[in-house]
Amino acid sequence: MALAKRIIPCLDVDNGRVVKGVNFVDIRDAGNPVEVAAKYNAAGADEITFLDITASSDNRETIYSVVEEVASQVFIPLTVGGGVRKVEDVRSLLNAGADKVAINTAAVFTPELVKEASQYFGSQCIVVAIDAKQVSAEGEQLKWNIFTHGGRKDAGIDAVEWAIKMAEYGAGELLVTSMDRDGTKIGFNLPLTKAITEAVNIPVIASGGVGNLQHLADGVLKGGADAVLAASIFHFGEYTVAEAKQYMADQGIEVRL
Amino acid sequence: MSQIAIIDYGMGNLRSVYQALEHVSDDTTTITVTADKQTILDADRIVFPGQGAARDCMRELKNHDLLEIIPQVAKEKPFLGICMGMQVLMERSAENDGINCLGIYRGSVNNFAQVHAQREDQRERLKIPQMGWNQINQCTDHPLWHDIENNTRFYFVHSYYVQPKDSSLCTGMTDYGLDYASAIAQDTIFAIQAHPEKSSDDGLQLLKNFTQWDGA
Repeated sequence: MALAKRIIPCLDVDNGRVVKGVNFVDIRDAGNPVEVAAKYNAAGADEITFLDITASSDNRETIYSVVEEVASQVFIPLTVGGGVRKVEDVRSLLNAGADKVAINTAAVFTPELVKEASQYFGSQCIVVAIDAKQVSAEGEQLKWNIFTHGGRKDAGIDAVEWAIKMAEYGAGELLVTSMDRDGTKIGFNLPLTKAITEAVNIPVIASGGVGNLQHLADGVLKGGADAVLAASIFHFGEYTVAEAKQYMADQGIEVRL
Repeated sequence: MSQIAIIDYGMGNLRSVYQALEHVSDDTTTITVTADKQTILDADRIVFPGQGAARDCMRELKNHDLLEIIPQVAKEKPFLGICMGMQVLMERSAENDGINCLGIYRGSVNNFAQVHAQREDQRERLKIPQMGWNQINQCTDHPLWHDIENNTRFYFVHSYYVQPKDSSLCTGMTDYGLDYASAIAQDTIFAIQAHPEKSSDDGLQLLKNFTQWDGA
């Protein structure tokens, strides 16, 4: 008996609609966040993460109504990220019903936001999203830097040092995405995951690169992650969350079945 | 008609608790989120959620003039403490360098970090906070466990745990580096460290059981 490793499906939401397509056999409206979240809850997801990718700032409000609606009908933890810039944004998301708020780029430009938000709302609801990319050349000691702007701009900050700093600033959890692996389906960047899980004492979610169930298991067994996040393998019906859990359980990983 | 009061002392968002209770209640039940003494006294059932640090929680209870009424109603009618709403029932918490709490039960609230530091078995490092789904071993029968299997997983987020002096108060035990009391119960009081409002169907079942419990 112990704490279970978590499986977290991640949904991109644009203007209040789930995008990138969610391909469940028996779903009526794959773009409806409530329906998709309810489906994942029924499938045994341990949490759900919404990433708001709404580009126009005029439509920022739509994410609040999405969160409100989902939180009133789906009773598992919800993390919401994307475009969080101020303490006010954190407050609005929490008030709408998010359990945790992920801060990404804003943490890089104004790290004080993490401190302020965690002091105000509690560390348990502040997730810092770390987008990292390998910058060491082959043969050199591995090194990853923080990247912003969807992986295009090197912020010049060492990812492991950044993780330690964010934990000190009050982050309750880290969502570590390998920008090298994101979308590749060749598996998590395990050395990165491991370097960060060993450096901090807060939970770490591994993200970026999942293509099969062994990748999820490796994130925990080899990367030391406390939770694994994936999008496409679940959305397109390649695997169900239940299959993923059974697969992990068969490898001796504690999961909630 | 039945009235459930969710005690609101300004420590964060009670929406999830409200919505989950609303989801499991029948049409004759009214749920109010309130800091009003009279409403709390008039309610049939009390839910006492909690968030944030022990110091802030105790300060806000004092500011809202709720320090006396909580122990009173807890003894009079079905009372459900959740998370920090469980911890402050104890005498004292180690959080924030030591904080006196409501003292309904003898015992303390301790830090996982200290226990873990002393553990010999360091094979698996345990993160703090404990965040995620862990099992609750139902060590005694209780109406609130009705239709919930033993060792069901609930969602937890916490860095401190409750240690009651009287171990017979424990109705649920959880393992996180040590076996600790994740649910306690006595007479009209039931308190749980996990978040039933975030624990999917089993959490909703517990809340439903609470809405039907007469406190006996």
